[in-house]
Amino acid sequence: MSRLAVWKFASCDGCQLTLLDCEDELLSVAAQVDIAYFLEASSDRGAGPYDLSLVEGSITTPDDLERIKHVRRVSKHLVTIGACATAGGVQALRDLADVREFAAVVYARPDYIRTLDRSTPVSAHVPVDFELRGCPIDRGQLLEIIGAFLAGRRPVVPAHSVCVECKARGNPCVLAAHGTPCLGPVTQAGCGALCPAFNRGCFGCFGPMESPNAAALNARLRAAGMDDDELGRVYRTFNVTTFGSSSDA
Amino acid sequence: MTHKTIRVGGLTRVEGEGALLVRAHDGRITDLQLRIYEPPRFFEALLRGRAFTEPPDITARICGICPVAYQMSACQALESICGVTVEGTLRDLRLLLYYGEWIESHALHIYLLHAPDFLGYPGGVAMAADHRPLVERGLALKKAGNELVAAIGGRAIHPINVRLGGFYRAPVDLTPIAERLRHALDAALATVEWVSGFDFPDVEHDYRFLALQHPAEYAILSGDVAVSDGTFFPVTEWPYHVVEEQVPHSTALHARLDGLPGYLTGPLARYALNAPQLSPLALRAAADAGLGRVCRNPFRSIVVRAVEIVHACEEALRLIDRYTPPDQPALPVTARPGVGHGASEAPRGALYHRYRIDDVGLIAEADIVPPTAQNQARIEADLHALLQPRLDLPVPELTELCERAIRNHDPCISCSAHFLDLHLHHD
Repeated sequence: MSRLAVWKFASCDGCQLTLLDCEDELLSVAAQVDIAYFLEASSDRGAGPYDLSLVEGSITTPDDLERIKHVRRVSKHLVTIGACATAGGVQALRDLADVREFAAVVYARPDYIRTLDRSTPVSAHVPVDFELRGCPIDRGQLLEIIGAFLAGRRPVVPAHSVCVECKARGNPCVLAAHGTPCLGPVTQAGCGALCPAFNRGCFGCFGPMESPNAAALNARLRAAGMDDDELGRVYRTFNVTTFGSSSDA
Repeated sequence: MTHKTIRVGGLTRVEGEGALLVRAHDGRITDLQLRIYEPPRFFEALLRGRAFTEPPDITARICGICPVAYQMSACQALESICGVTVEGTLRDLRLLLYYGEWIESHALHIYLLHAPDFLGYPGGVAMAADHRPLVERGLALKKAGNELVAAIGGRAIHPINVRLGGFYRAPVDLTPIAERLRHALDAALATVEWVSGFDFPDVEHDYRFLALQHPAEYAILSGDVAVSDGTFFPVTEWPYHVVEEQVPHSTALHARLDGLPGYLTGPLARYALNAPQLSPLALRAAADAGLGRVCRNPFRSIVVRAVEIVHACEEALRLIDRYTPPDQPALPVTARPGVGHGASEAPRGALYHRYRIDDVGLIAEADIVPPTAQNQARIEADLHALLQPRLDLPVPELTELCERAIRNHDPCISCSAHFLDLHLHHD
């Protein structure tokens, strides 16, 4: 039986929780895969090697820098799950600031804190076999990834924009119809165009699509009333390392 | 002269990363540290300069298990600055969203994280090999909670439909979810009966409880702060009563309440302070389970969580029954400069937020006090009291007992706003 491991770095636990949120599938997945190492769910700590490692969270401490190398060594396939592991997460906002000043704001004794200056994606340190996007990831895409890697086939995860999903769902375009700022045209699909379905503009939690045209969208967003500061903030939230410079396009 | 060291590296079945170190010398505990190595993420720092509308979405990312708690405490703190109070149907929708989170979070903890301790399994999946119908019941209960969160919030983890003043879109029809919740209510009642029959260690602690209190409901969304010693204050006075200290050679901020360390927030505290306000079925289930008026045995917190699921299901059904869509999905909220406080009852306990908005509508200061940071000193005290008379037990047995004692409080270590990555030097 193939062996699965789930690892956590700097993160909120939400992406690994997505596996436990597969309520209808969890027990059948567990019948086909040995969930060998998953600290949030089990006290068993099955030793490596593992056929598939799912990695949640970004790299932010010296210890984690070493730990991710260990995870790579014991894993045949390594898949990052979510915006933290794939793009540094919201905690990568430190990259734009002075992390020592950040520590001093939060902690009375910042000298106790051991942290790196930047919050980096896993791919900055070790080879990654696949990056699953989202803050949080989509449950269906997670099951697809597990199935694909264990069957030895390529996962079917679209790289097109949220706009395509909006059309498929029959949502009216919130940008065209209501002038609501929306990152859908430059954001990778995967959520099912959730925010536009709730009359809300996409805020880019799946990160940039393949070859996004941010310049064209930004002109439209400015016309809808966004100033440079707002543009900077909307791109620099959950996918800072991949979306961060799009506001300048 | 005998030395004994217990190390539990990599705590399991908790949300986040932690470890425990205990040292004893000549039969006395000399050092006990619940060590948190969850990397700090600096939310309070990175919120500065963000738009006043953003903290609900950003702080949701502190915890994937209880994002609604973060959204609700943030919304209320910010709305109070802007002079907005969300009432009526919009408040009902917030309650429904929050009940959904209580159901999914408590069901996760009971069935997948905590019950395996009582039945002797390493986890919920392993437990399913022998008790499949039980685990399936738990998963169905958890799913009902997630579906309620998704029905109101758009998705179960990091809901997208919450905004200051209310929602982006109000649901049209909640009757499909009501059918789910009726089954969930049955499952919740069966859960109380099941867990109340577990074999509980005979342990009681003299807790000082802290919970929100609301005149009209078993407080979840809002309320004043009540303490079991009779102290009572509005949330706006929180900073004067609760002070967090970073203690040298300790691993966490220790919250002190009116100068004294080690109070407890969470299900045991809510039950002790507010039980008469539980829904009728929840009250009856608590009585049948033999909980008594106050429960001071942390191992029995699993029963209180199950009772709270009954309450959440029953109350959610009542709210759905009277639901008609609001005229507007949200009240207008315009930025005003000032300071505001908000608190709500996360599944793990009181969650306090404070913000200052500057004169151009940006966040100037943020302060977040998550429940696990408040409980940390009390969890260490639990461990100390539990271990001191049992130091002669073999280390593997003690280690297991410690892990169980920590899991009793469902610590959500990912709430890393105040946790440290501290390196200690031991002689």
